[in-house]
Amino acid sequence: MIGELLFRFLLGGAIVTAFAAIGELFRPKTFAGIFSAAPSVALATLSLAFAKHGPDNVALLARSMTVGAIALYVYGAACVVATKDGRVPVWASAMAAWGAWFAVAFGVWFAASGALQ
Amino acid sequence: MTPRFDPSGLRDTRFWEYALRFAFGGVVTVATGLVAHAWGPEIGGLFLGFPAILPATLTLVKQHDGRAQAIEDARGGRLGSIGLVAFAAVVWATAHAWPAPVVLVAASIAWLAIDVALWTVRYGFAWKARAHR
Repeated sequence: MIGELLFRFLLGGAIVTAFAAIGELFRPKTFAGIFSAAPSVALATLSLAFAKHGPDNVALLARSMTVGAIALYVYGAACVVATKDGRVPVWASAMAAWGAWFAVAFGVWFAASGALQ
Repeated sequence: MTPRFDPSGLRDTRFWEYALRFAFGGVVTVATGLVAHAWGPEIGGLFLGFPAILPATLTLVKQHDGRAQAIEDARGGRLGSIGLVAFAAVVWATAHAWPAPVVLVAASIAWLAIDVALWTVRYGFAWKARAHR
């Protein structure tokens, strides 16, 4: 169990760092920012899910990921608005915007779950 | 406007800034696995779209290049999320049909192609239109 968690940590960290480095190679920042929303954690998690649990598990993960990614759009929009406020540190506004992600992700997921039943 | 390759950004980034992103990425990947283990893949999958490293990235961009560039990076992240929806949809649609490496490569190509196309429409053409006024 500890070995698997360590492997997850190393794989996820390596892929996230690789995409961050690729993002640093490009200007303007609107283009580099695309790599901030790269499927880095998804690539690590889905690779391990394929190997350990098979395609049924992967398909369920990916179905929910569509909702998480929609929530990421709202998070990005909230970040753009919040970051414009010069009185608030960027890290604080970006972390406060997590609330928007949680609200949309779980709100849409529960609404979609109810509609499917 | 076209994207420019500029390796100076890579040189300006300090080791601890990569280490911070590595740690964030590792922790979120572990956390996503634990959430999926505890509550199932339906909930765990939501966190594959969680903006784990964006706060760290935006903070570092603000420190290096200023608040205006951090806002631009957030705009890029917002646009990039649309490609992430495409990535997830391709994996969802093909997970049973294709071998794992093919699924993940095809989904990654869809993510990048859609994001680059959207960026070109949103920023490339808009800049050209302004230049011709």
